[in-house]
Amino acid sequence: MSMFTFCLVKTYKVKYNLYIDILKGGRGVDILVCIKQVPATTKVKVDEKTGSLVRDGVESKLNPYDLYALETALKLREELGGSVTVITMGPPQAQAIIREAYMMGADYGCILSDRAFAGADVLATAYTLSQGIKALDRDFDLIICGRQTTDGDTAQVGPSIAEFLQIPHVTWVREIKAVDEHKIVVQQDMGDSYAIVELMYPCLITVDKDILEPRLPSYRLKLKTADRPIPMYSLANLEDKDEERYGLNGSATQVERIFPPQENVHQEIWEGTSEQLTSNIFNMLKDKKYI
Amino acid sequence: MGSIHIDYNKCDLCEVCLETCPFNAMEIVDSKVVINAACKVCRLCIKSCPNDAISFVERKRQEIDKALWRGVMVYVEHFMGQIHPVTYELIGVARKLAEKINHPVYCLFVGHDIEDRAQQLLYYGVDKVFVYDKEEFRQFRVDIYTNVFEDVINRLRPSIVLIGGTTNGRSLAPRVATRFRTGLTADCTKLDVKGNTDLVQIRPAFGGNIMAQIVTPNSRPQFATVRYKVMEEAKRGNTPHGKVQLMDVDDIVLKSDIKILDIREKEKELDISEADVIVAAGRGIKRQEDLVMLERLADLLGGQLAVTRPLVEVGWASYTRQIGLSGRTVKPKLIITCGISGAVQFTAGMDGAETIVAINDDRNAPIFNVAHYGVVGDLYEVIPELIGRIEEGENGGL
Ligand SMILES: Cc1cc2nc3c(=O)[nH]c(=O)nc-3n(C[C@H](O)[C@H](O)[C@@H](O)COP(=O)(O)OP(=O)(O)OC[C@H]3O[C@@H](n4cnc5c(N)ncnc54)[C@H](O)[C@@H]3O)c2cc1C
Ligand SMILES: Cc1cc2nc3c(=O)[nH]c(=O)nc-3n(C[C@H](O)[C@H](O)[C@H](O)COP(=O)(O)OP(=O)(O)OC[C@H]3O[C@@H](n4cnc5c(N)ncnc54)[C@H](O)[C@@H]3O)c2cc1C
Repeated sequence: MSMFTFCLVKTYKVKYNLYIDILKGGRGVDILVCIKQVPATTKVKVDEKTGSLVRDGVESKLNPYDLYALETALKLREELGGSVTVITMGPPQAQAIIREAYMMGADYGCILSDRAFAGADVLATAYTLSQGIKALDRDFDLIICGRQTTDGDTAQVGPSIAEFLQIPHVTWVREIKAVDEHKIVVQQDMGDSYAIVELMYPCLITVDKDILEPRLPSYRLKLKTADRPIPMYSLANLEDKDEERYGLNGSATQVERIFPPQENVHQEIWEGTSEQLTSNIFNMLKDKKYI
Repeated sequence: MGSIHIDYNKCDLCEVCLETCPFNAMEIVDSKVVINAACKVCRLCIKSCPNDAISFVERKRQEIDKALWRGVMVYVEHFMGQIHPVTYELIGVARKLAEKINHPVYCLFVGHDIEDRAQQLLYYGVDKVFVYDKEEFRQFRVDIYTNVFEDVINRLRPSIVLIGGTTNGRSLAPRVATRFRTGLTADCTKLDVKGNTDLVQIRPAFGGNIMAQIVTPNSRPQFATVRYKVMEEAKRGNTPHGKVQLMDVDDIVLKSDIKILDIREKEKELDISEADVIVAAGRGIKRQEDLVMLERLADLLGGQLAVTRPLVEVGWASYTRQIGLSGRTVKPKLIITCGISGAVQFTAGMDGAETIVAINDDRNAPIFNVAHYGVVGDLYEVIPELIGRIEEGENGGL
């Protein structure tokens, strides 16, 4: 620490208890946010015959948990200066969420899209993203992911990216306690406890929902960014071009079968004396081992 | 592994596959059907094609020798040495899996001043507990815990590794699995093992709307996380079995980039969204004092009391207990609603519950449409009687 001489000019108390130390001058922080396009509804059904997913319509949206990641990045940039870049891996249609991020205030965006990336599990997804991050050729200080998605729902991609990039990570961040151009101090949920943790850049965090209230896309930014390009990277743009490491081929897990959960369609209506009713409830609770 | 291939000599551009694909992954570009990056390799297009123009081309790959990987390893989750109960549940499944393929059961315990506690694990039917005891491991830090995991896996080469789906476990597991470039299946609700040691993992996705069966066919170890209270715990035996082995590591393993400045135990804050059992009260409750009765029922069932919005509005309960659109979403195993009509703004927050019991004296109340067990009756009669019967059972009856 003594290497650096910081000059603390001011401490703002930002809304939602985000305390941030502001440093005079400097280059700000370069932040990358990973965002994913997910189906607009999770009310999917499984076709019993074919075992495939049937969705009501094909509408997609930005993974709601990623809004918190993006909001956190935008707030940090407002305070420290620097830049916010968003990256996604997905089909070409996923450009829509990069556009949405521009409307919220992201500076740069990039989509990783290639047939070779299709069918990726967590391992292959995180590898593709880590390769994409390297290909962006920008030394990011901080990478922010959402806590999980609403479709795959594993919450594993963030830590896996951090491992591929060999940088430290902290998950379930509930609050940014302090930040400057060299390090970040966060409050982490650890289950039974909260830890206040300090990480030097570069590092990766995954943020919990409710860390900050995400802003809405702005009409002004929509007009302003309408022509901003969304570069698309394919396998050819990545350093490692070995197809075996991407998509289905690069996946260690394999989904063998998809099926509907056991539907609790069983319904009973009980009428009668209160004694009978009580017995019915009591026996049911006992059968199910609640008592 | 492989990919989907289109034979353009057979394809007559009938577009059946375009309509069939649930992911919009097929398009026509320059008068040719092409597959884009949205493809999930679900193979429905293959079945749909009337011209047999689409096929799956298997790609041969070098197969690993699964016999070189032996053992089912359980990661011991703990807070400052206090073992988290999910650990015993993991040992419970680990033993069942290990028995099927005749493998040993291992535990990995990383912490400080934990040797005595490690001895306790020997009462649960594990073969060996590997203990890494260092000052640096007192608090969970994902980077150095990963290093330890790497060390133990390199030494033992376990086939299966089970980690609790706790906040720390879900941070650690993907990091370790990625270090070994292998698969990790999240939040498994059911585990089984094939004769060739492939772990069969069942997990919910899409917010529980679908279930997926997942395997890790060509990499080892096979990692899986399991949430707390999903599996049945191992029973404590009367005599210890197996042994505790103390492990040493190089200093380089201990170097962490994560600096913990402060750690505070959580205050036991009320969180109905985590509760497994909920007793919910609505406007069928006549006086605030009567909530005590429902609280008692919740206590007896090891659950929490929750309420509908009107009860919060009159100040009978705090907002943190409100279920519904403008309150909390809950997904307990059991919810008993008492004197609740079942407005959609309420049911939206609880219809994911596994078992719904509704007590209401109005046979036509909409709550009976979502209830699995509809009890048409007066809660002021049913609840006290029910409490009585449960208490009777607890006081040594039956
Ligand atoms: C039913 C089902 C079950 C599955 N189960 C497993 C499983 O157990 N193990 C497994 O390895 N794979 C599994 N998969 C595949 C896996 O879910 C996804 O395909 C994988 O690409 C992303 O994981 P996720 O959606 O769970 O992301 P999460 O790990 O939940 O996402 C966390 C964060 O990572 C970032 N992120 C995730 N994906 C992207 C992306 N494409 N682009 C940019 N940022 C992203 C976002 O910030 C996000 O908030 C499953 C798929 C299905 C359909
Ligand atoms: C925008 C919006 C958001 C809302 N958000 C929420 C929300 O988050 N959560 C929420 O709960 N509500 C919410 N509401 C209110 C909701 O619409 C209902 O008004 C409310 O859920 C009704 O609560 P209740 O079932 O307790 O009361 P009531 O609808 O009055 O039902 C009481 C029930 O008790 C039964 N009963 C009476 N006496 C007895 C007895 N002795 N034994 C057995 N049964 C008896 C009656 O038959 C009746 O069905 C919201 C409304 C709006 C407009």
